[in-house]
Amino acid sequence: MAVEAIGSTARVKVAPWNDPVIRGWVFQIVVVGLVGALFWFLISNTIDNLQRQKIASGFHYLEREAGFEIGDTMIPYSPASTYARAIWVGILNTLRVAVLGIIISTVFGTLIGVGRLSRNWLLAKICEWYVEAFRNVPLLLWLFLIYKMISEAFPGPRQAIRLLWDSVFLSNRGLYFPIPMGDPIHKWMAVGLFVGLAAALVIKRWAKARQDATGQPFPTFRVGTAVTLGVPFVVWLLGGAPHRMSWPELTGFNFTGGMVIQPEFTALLVGLVLYTSAFIAEIVRSGILAINKGQSEAAAAIGLTRGQEMRLILLPQAMRVIVPPLTSQYLNITKNSSLAIAIGYPDLVAAVNVTINQTGQAIENILLIMAAYLTVSLSISAFMNWYNKRLALKER
Amino acid sequence: MAAAARDLSNTPSVIELRVVNKWYGQFHVLSDINLDVKEGEKIVICGPSGSGKSTLIRCINRLEEHQAGDIVVHGVTLSNDVKNIEAIRREVGMVFQSFNLFPHLTILENLTLAPIWVKKMPKKDAEEIGMALLERVRIPEQANKYPGQLSGGQQQRVAIARALAMRPKIMLFDEPTSALDPEMVKEVLDVMIELAGEGMTMLVVTHEMGFARAVADRVIFMDRGEIVEQNQPELFFANPQNERTKLFLGQILHH
Amino acid sequence: MTDAAQTGPAHGVGGRPQLAPPKLETGVLGWMHHNLFSSWANGVTTIVLIVATVSFLSSFLDWAVVRATWTAASGAECRGGGACWALIHEKYRYIFFGSFPYEQQWRPLFACLAMIAMLLISSDRRTWNWRLLAIWTVGSFITFLLMFGQLHFPFVLFLIIALVGGGGGMAIRSRVAESGELNAYRIAAAIGLVGVVLRLTGILPPFGITIAPFSYVETGSWGGLPVTLILATYGLAFAFPFGILLALGRRSNLPLIKGLSVGFIELIRGVPLISLLIMASVMLPLFLPSGSNIDKFLRAQVAVILFAGAYIAEIVRGGLQSLPKGQFEAADAMALNYVQKTALIILPQALRVVIPPLINTFIGFFKDTSLVLIIGIFDFLNTANSALVDPAWAGFPAEVYLFAALVYFIFCFSMSRYSKYLEIELNKGTRR
Repeated sequence: MAVEAIGSTARVKVAPWNDPVIRGWVFQIVVVGLVGALFWFLISNTIDNLQRQKIASGFHYLEREAGFEIGDTMIPYSPASTYARAIWVGILNTLRVAVLGIIISTVFGTLIGVGRLSRNWLLAKICEWYVEAFRNVPLLLWLFLIYKMISEAFPGPRQAIRLLWDSVFLSNRGLYFPIPMGDPIHKWMAVGLFVGLAAALVIKRWAKARQDATGQPFPTFRVGTAVTLGVPFVVWLLGGAPHRMSWPELTGFNFTGGMVIQPEFTALLVGLVLYTSAFIAEIVRSGILAINKGQSEAAAAIGLTRGQEMRLILLPQAMRVIVPPLTSQYLNITKNSSLAIAIGYPDLVAAVNVTINQTGQAIENILLIMAAYLTVSLSISAFMNWYNKRLALKER
Repeated sequence: MAAAARDLSNTPSVIELRVVNKWYGQFHVLSDINLDVKEGEKIVICGPSGSGKSTLIRCINRLEEHQAGDIVVHGVTLSNDVKNIEAIRREVGMVFQSFNLFPHLTILENLTLAPIWVKKMPKKDAEEIGMALLERVRIPEQANKYPGQLSGGQQQRVAIARALAMRPKIMLFDEPTSALDPEMVKEVLDVMIELAGEGMTMLVVTHEMGFARAVADRVIFMDRGEIVEQNQPELFFANPQNERTKLFLGQILHH
Repeated sequence: MTDAAQTGPAHGVGGRPQLAPPKLETGVLGWMHHNLFSSWANGVTTIVLIVATVSFLSSFLDWAVVRATWTAASGAECRGGGACWALIHEKYRYIFFGSFPYEQQWRPLFACLAMIAMLLISSDRRTWNWRLLAIWTVGSFITFLLMFGQLHFPFVLFLIIALVGGGGGMAIRSRVAESGELNAYRIAAAIGLVGVVLRLTGILPPFGITIAPFSYVETGSWGGLPVTLILATYGLAFAFPFGILLALGRRSNLPLIKGLSVGFIELIRGVPLISLLIMASVMLPLFLPSGSNIDKFLRAQVAVILFAGAYIAEIVRGGLQSLPKGQFEAADAMALNYVQKTALIILPQALRVVIPPLINTFIGFFKDTSLVLIIGIFDFLNTANSALVDPAWAGFPAEVYLFAALVYFIFCFSMSRYSKYLEIELNKGTRR
């Protein structure tokens, strides 16, 4: 018997308007065409308007003198600096608050998340109320409240609160404290810090190998920390232990000298940390709850201590559930730092806003903002995605 | 084939339960339990669900707390003292109904985790022990796979090996085959029967009556938190004394 | 081994009386023992927390209640060192309704009530069908009539509705409807299409219907709670279908569509809402033909819609991904076209799954509307903030902010409780 070939090579004639491939392309071309037409409409209007209002184009304005003051800068800046430098100051300020915010809120949020799971009912309830209070009120409102409290609760510089035998001053202009004067030894201390870190990593590897070989555990964390901090300290001693400090002094209406943490930065950082910690607490809590209870029981049954159980069994598994939403929260901190403009902290958006007002070149500046935030967001996402893949469980 | 009745009256007791009581809230889940387990004895505990049989063995290694009475394991009294609990858990191994293997570690790492971190054994020694155990449960080739890649029967055999890695004197089994597909039950029971033959003290909560007949020194029937009846397997199955025991056996023995 | 004294008689025991648990294990004492004082560390923590909480609460209540002033003529009269709630008493109308004409403030009040009613009705599962569209149309009509005072409906609007309704009807009901119904859709779509084209090319003159029961209040005078509610509610209402389209686009096999969707979503999600708001307020006038003046409120609303759309798209995409492939295959096997498959089979299931995260998104956007403060729109936070500017009442920021926080809290907390309730309800049918 002849077997009929399935899927015979004779191609059936399909009318073009019924062919799904052609349909697909027609649909796409129509949509892209519509979108393209929209863009063309917007762009031609924009060119028209720019010409009419005699607004310049291009990024040449970045080399012009900025002409405005920035109150809180990490690098030297003056009104005579360029716009490019002003924007760079903004970027550094944003990074400063974002990085610190991420680190502190991760720690604080984890503590609160674990606190919510505590056996102590009071502790668990207080953590729960904290989370509910901060999650249900806008961040901007908390920022206003904290900033107003800082700037109105603290007295003026003349009546500043003096701490630590008149060396630290707390006023509504910020927290002034003494800082060591610049000295060549500091560069070497920084080198020493890296050397210490490297040494700590080497010690960690050696300790693991030793445990594998002999079974003896080693207090890696404590020794590693001691080495990381000890090497710069030894360098400092060898350099003659220079201890000339720059002391803050009241000159006129404000302090000079020393180093300052300004109320705007403080309010923004405190607000961001308190707000985001509430969300991170929930994420950590769900991560730990997501782990099957049997894992704890099995760990206990083979004799692991609570600490070992947490470290070796629970946390590695919880990380899987925690990392993706944690990534979103890190991105949120970075984006929420843009609220700085509402309380006067000179971050990227604030700096660019002044630039737009002065140059009128809205488009280039907005593109700058978006490029900067997109770079940071995509970097954080990429890093966390890589970390997430590393954690994935292998299944059938 | 039934095990010959052994005379264990002169062997020492390794587990003693005296007037043990436990409540969940108002619900009395263990009621005046008295039990003496001799060294090398194999006890099968059966009963309807909710009878407290799992709770009973989970109290022995402190996965559950009892509120009244004494539990003594190898001379160590079980209390809130963490040192006592740790000492007891080193001597007692447990196999769970849902295996509870650690999914983020390889099979070999699952086995060597406790010896390395609790007994402070060098890694090589721990791995030798681990591989030997995997040979014993007949899946040495799976050593570097992850639990998610194994079948249920293989996972449970690994769980048995993991418990044995700490060289316990007593092994507790909480319905070890209840979560397995029927065709995998035999491979796990075979391992347990071999273990019994080597002289391990075993407390097994199970419905597998064939296993009880083959290996057990004693079968205990629990219902509503009490030990209702206990006897040697042949006598227990052939001649149950209590009405409740008869009812239960009638329900589960259907061949 | 059958020693009766050790193991009990071999023939078992009858029903023993049930003993009561020991005193320290049950009741209030038992609960306290377990939860507060189960160990030394626990007990110490409890005592420290009790002391801290009591001292904090007592000083807070002292400030907020005991020494507070409830009515006063001006800030100077708020003495006693306590909270000056008189400020709220004096300014609550401004905080809630902004600079809406004073005598007409019943209008924004009822507009808020209408929106809250719409949201409450939408939360009842019995309305999750075509009735929802009717409820929202009526509710929106009432809301905007109250806020604007006068509404003008250009004829083009009805033409567009005819076009969309006809086209959608054709796509979904093809093969199911009788030829009479299908013809109705075709005619509607044709009229709509022809009318829109004629209007765009200027052949058809503009005319429409005007309804004008009250005095006209422009959006610049809107303020307070209605602004927050409108921005959040309509932001989400329009972002919802937009987000669904984006999610479907992102999952599509057509590369250009997928690329456009992915690009839009990642771009919007990577930048802060503030930058979009600034862009909308500063750049939109550049994008449009000179002379066209887009209402500032509308600009903010559009920015919120675009922003929300990207986030909703990701949530819906998660829901779509969670559906087993078998659903898509079964729909294909029944010869449903793409629109029917998506509208009748896929979306109803996917959306049910993502409702709790959608509500969380709504809560998030309700809070995010406070950012429009930056571009000068008077939402609830902005009016509260502005209430502090009055020199007669200067110096009481905590009272105003705490009051505003309380209002936000009430809204957001209720919504999050409802979302948790919904999650439990919706999971009752599924096996967990």
